[in-house]
Amino acid sequence: MSENMITMTIDGVACQAKEGEYILNVARANAIFIPAICYLTRCSPTLACRICLVEADGKRVYACNAKAKDGMEVLTSNQEILEERKAIMQVYDVNHPLQCGVCDQSGSCELQNYTLELSVDTQPYVIADTTREAKNWSSVLHYDPGLCIVCERCVTVCKDMIGDAAITTGARGGVELDKEYKESMPKDAYSMWNKLQKSVITPSNDTDSTNCSDCGECIAVCPVGALVSRDFVYTTNSWELTKVPATCAHCSSGCQIYYETKPTSIENRDQKIYRVTNEWNYLSLCGAGRFGYDFENRVVAKNEVAFRVAIDAIKSAQAIRFTSVITNEEALMLQTLKEKLGVKLFNTEAKAFQNFMSSYTTHSGNMLFGGNIKEMMQTSDFIISIGSSLRNDNPNVRYLFNNIQKLNKGAGLYFHPVGDSLITSMGKNITQIEHKVGTEEAILYWILDQFADKEKLPSEINEYITSFHEVSKKTITEKVITDVTETVVDAETGESKEIVKKVTTNVEKEIEVVANRLLDILDAPADFDATLEKYLGKKENFSLVLGEDLYFHSQVKNLAHLVALIEEFTPFSVAIIPPRTNSLGVALLCELDDDMNDDKITTVGYNTIGDFVLSSLGNGDLDMPAMNQQEGTLTNMHKRVVPTNAAVSYHGYELNDIMNELGFGQDLTVDWTSLLPTGRGFKSVDFDSLPNGYTNSGEENRGYRLENKTTKSTSSIPTKIVTSDISGEILYRCNPQRQFNEFTDKAHQIFEEFALYVSKEKAEMLGDKATLEINNKEFTLPVVVDDRMSGDIIKLPDFKHSHEIYTHFGDSRFKSTTIRKA
Amino acid sequence: MNEIRKEDERVKGTQEYVLLDLSHSPETGFDQFAQVVKRTFGKELFVGLWVTLREMGSTLFGKGKHTVSYPLEKMPIAPRYRAIHDMLRLLESGNYRCIGCGLCEKICISNCIAMDTKYDENQRKEVSEYTINFGRCIFCGYCAEVCPELAIVHGGRYENASEQRASFSLFEDMLKPIDMLTQQKEFDGFGAVSPNADENIKKTPLAY
Repeated sequence: MSENMITMTIDGVACQAKEGEYILNVARANAIFIPAICYLTRCSPTLACRICLVEADGKRVYACNAKAKDGMEVLTSNQEILEERKAIMQVYDVNHPLQCGVCDQSGSCELQNYTLELSVDTQPYVIADTTREAKNWSSVLHYDPGLCIVCERCVTVCKDMIGDAAITTGARGGVELDKEYKESMPKDAYSMWNKLQKSVITPSNDTDSTNCSDCGECIAVCPVGALVSRDFVYTTNSWELTKVPATCAHCSSGCQIYYETKPTSIENRDQKIYRVTNEWNYLSLCGAGRFGYDFENRVVAKNEVAFRVAIDAIKSAQAIRFTSVITNEEALMLQTLKEKLGVKLFNTEAKAFQNFMSSYTTHSGNMLFGGNIKEMMQTSDFIISIGSSLRNDNPNVRYLFNNIQKLNKGAGLYFHPVGDSLITSMGKNITQIEHKVGTEEAILYWILDQFADKEKLPSEINEYITSFHEVSKKTITEKVITDVTETVVDAETGESKEIVKKVTTNVEKEIEVVANRLLDILDAPADFDATLEKYLGKKENFSLVLGEDLYFHSQVKNLAHLVALIEEFTPFSVAIIPPRTNSLGVALLCELDDDMNDDKITTVGYNTIGDFVLSSLGNGDLDMPAMNQQEGTLTNMHKRVVPTNAAVSYHGYELNDIMNELGFGQDLTVDWTSLLPTGRGFKSVDFDSLPNGYTNSGEENRGYRLENKTTKSTSSIPTKIVTSDISGEILYRCNPQRQFNEFTDKAHQIFEEFALYVSKEKAEMLGDKATLEINNKEFTLPVVVDDRMSGDIIKLPDFKHSHEIYTHFGDSRFKSTTIRKA
Repeated sequence: MNEIRKEDERVKGTQEYVLLDLSHSPETGFDQFAQVVKRTFGKELFVGLWVTLREMGSTLFGKGKHTVSYPLEKMPIAPRYRAIHDMLRLLESGNYRCIGCGLCEKICISNCIAMDTKYDENQRKEVSEYTINFGRCIFCGYCAEVCPELAIVHGGRYENASEQRASFSLFEDMLKPIDMLTQQKEFDGFGAVSPNADENIKKTPLAY
C-alpha cells in the first residue's frame, strides 16, 4: 500500500488503519461497534446526530469526522458518553409516532434499534409537535416528515454521491426549545435537538417536487420510514421479504442489488419482487436499478411446439443477432453455436466496443484497460470524461465524477457535444467543453500534449502535437512593486529617518503566448489555459473515463491507439465504459461479425429483431428467461465477473435447453460458468462458489476480478486528426435517464417515453411533436424537454429495438437529419 | 439369596395394593349356566329399569335435565379457550382494529397467516385481505398474544366443519359484524392486558 499505515487501539483492540481515515470507519472495518446515524461512508460527515461521540486520547470527539492518528487510543463509550447517547435517542423519540406497526421501516429501523440499544424507556423531554403533512416529491419519492428525524443522510447522499443536490433542509416552523433544557440536558443532545427542531427536509428548488434523476438513493439511506418509494408504501413489512443477492442487469456498472421478494398476494402465491435494495454504504444505484425490476417474463409452461420450431430455426439460421443484455454463460453458448454450426454472431454495440478494445490491445499490449472506477472514487482528484453523456449512459460514472469534486476536492473536464447543466452544477472546478461532433481525436491529442512525458513520447507524435502550438507576442501591463527609500525629517525632533515605501508602477511588457490550436478545434473557452492551471494545482491522481461515442466513431481504431498512448505516457489511469450491460463479457467471449442488415441472411434474434425471435420480453416466438429469472454471471465495467440470481420463477425453456437439444449443452446453465475461457481472463470456478457481497470495510467481495492478459504491443504512430463534417440538425443516439433497454421500459415504475429529448430553447422551436427523417425513414415522435440539456443537438433514444435505431445510425452515435414540426 | 430378595423388594417398592373382592369367574359349564339364570331372573335388571324410570320422571316433572341439547344449546366457553379467531373493531368508530403490522404473520409458528396491505386514500395502511389457513393453524394463541392492538383474539367458535377449509378464514369472516358491535366484549383471554395495566403505565409527558 502506498499510503501510510498506522496502528491505533479502539477499546483495547489494536487496529491497523490508513492515516487520515475516520475513526468510525476504522472501527467498522475491525468489527467494533460505534453507534452512528447520520454518517455515510463515501460521503462527507454531516454531524447531525452526534451519537458517534467517542473518547480519543482523553478528548471527546465525533468518530465520523475525527481522523485516526498513530498510537491513538479510543474508548467507544464511558458513562458520560452513554448519557449523551441516551439523551440523543430520547430526543429523537419525542413526538415520533409510536405506531411502529404500520411503518414500512419497522424491523429494519435504526431509530427502533438505537432506542432499544440505549435502553430508552422513558421520555423526559417534551415539546409541542408541528403539523407535517406527507408529500409525494416525485413519481417515486414519498416523504413523511412526521417520521423524519432530520439526520440529513438523504441530503448528504444526494449532494455528495448522486450530484443532484435536489433536497435540502428547510424551515420546520416548530416552537423554540425551552431555555431550561440548555442547563438540564447533556450538551450534545441539546444542540442536536436545537437543530432538529428547526429543520425538515424539502426539495431544494423551492417547489413541492424534486427536480432529480429519481434514483431513489435517498430512500435507501433513510434510517426511518420517512422516505419510501410511492409504489412500496404500506405494501409489506421488511421482514417478510426474502433477499436475493443479484446483479443489476441494466447498464455496464453491474451493481450489486438485492431483489426483495414475497408472494404476490393471498390468492397468488408466486414470488413477486417488491423492491430492490442495495448496500448503500458501499455503492449507489440509479433509478433504473432501483425501480426497473419487474421485467420478468412470466412463463408457466414449456411450449414444445415453439421449441421445435426454434431448434429448426437455429439449425437453418445463418446468423444470430443478440444484445448485450445476456449473461457470460449465454454468450459462451452462442459462441459455441458459432463454432459448431458456423452461424455468424451479430451484436452491434458489442462489436463496436470489441473493435475499440482490439485496437487498444494491439497498441497497449493489455487486454483490459488499467483504471478502476472504485479506486478512482477513493483517490482521484482530477477527472476527464470523453465521449459519454454521463447522466444517461452510466450513472455510476456520473457519481464518480461528482464524488471526486465533493470529497476529493477535485476538478473535472467534461468533453461532450451536448451540454449538460447537471455536470457543471457538481462543483466549482468543472469545465464543460461542448466540442464539435467527431473531434474526439483532438481531445486525446490535447491530453497527450498537456500531460504526456514529452521526452518519452515518440518524436513523430511530439512534432505533430507541437505543430498545433501557435506562438504569438502579446503586450501585457504588469504591476511592478518597487521599494523606494525616502529620507524624512521629523518635525519635532529634527532627526532624519529613512522610510521604505512600496510604490506600484505599471510596466508594459511583451510576452510569448503559446496558443494551442487543438483547443480551437474543440471550441474551448478563451481563458481555458488559466482555468486549467488553477484546476491542476496540487492534483496528484488523474482519471480518464471514456464512453460510447468513441466506439461508434469513424476513427475508432485511431482513438483506441491514442488512448493506449495516453495510458502509457501520461499519469492518467483510464477506464473504458462498456456501452451496454455485458458488452465487455460479450466482447471477450464471442467472435462477432459485422452486421450488414442483409435481408437475405436468415437470422435468429435474441431479444432483438430476427426472422425467428427468442425473447425474454415475452413478445417473441420462443420465450426465454429474463435477467431476474436466471442464474449466471455478468462482466461489468469494474472488470469483475459477478454472479446474478433468479428472483422470480420461470417455467419455460432456456438457451441451455436448446444447446442440449442440439447436442452440446450442459446439465445446467451455471455449469457453463466454469467453462468460461481462462485465456480471456476468466477463471475456472463453479458458479455456486462465487461470493456476492461486501465486507465490513467496504471491500467488494463479488465474483472474481478478470485477469489482464498481456501481449506484445506493436508500436506505430497514430494517424492525424480527421474531422468529419456533420451539418444540419444533429441527432445523438442517447437514452433518457433510467431507461437503458426494453427491460427497463417494461418495468412499471419507469415511464420515460420513446421521444425526442431536447433543450428548452429547442423545444420552443419544435413544439410538442416533431417528424424527423433518417435514411429515408420518417419518425414522428413527441418532443420532451430535458431541462438539463443545452445546445441544438436532439437526443433520440435507442431502447426500443423495433425502431432499429442502431441500424439507422450505423457506425456513429451522431447523425444529421432533417426535422420539422408535426 | 438375601441379596436377591433385597433387590426384589427394591423393584417392587412399597405400594400397598388393595385387591378388589371380585367373585370368581365361572369355570364349569354348569356354573356359567347358573350365572345367566341368576342375572336374568334376579332383581338386578329391575333395579336398573327403576333407576331409568325414576330419572325420566324427575327430568320431565321434577328438577329438569342435566345434559346440553347441542347443537340447539351450547356450553359457555371460557375466556382463555382458543378457538377460531375473531377480529375486533374499535368501539368508538367501528373501524377494524388491525393496523396491518404483520406481527402475527411473523410470530405464527405454523406459518399460516398472510395479509395484503396497501396505502389507502386517507394516507393510512389498509388491510385489504387477511387470511388464516385453519388447515395448518394449531391454535397456539401467539398471534393474539403478540397483537399490539388487541385486534386479533381467539373467539369461541369451535365448529370447524365445512365443505372447504378456506371457509371462515378470510378477514370478513373473522371480523366482528358491524351490527353486532355493541355485543363486542373486551377480550380477557390470551394476550389481553392485565387487570392492573393502568397502574403500570407511565404516561408520556405532553407539551400541550
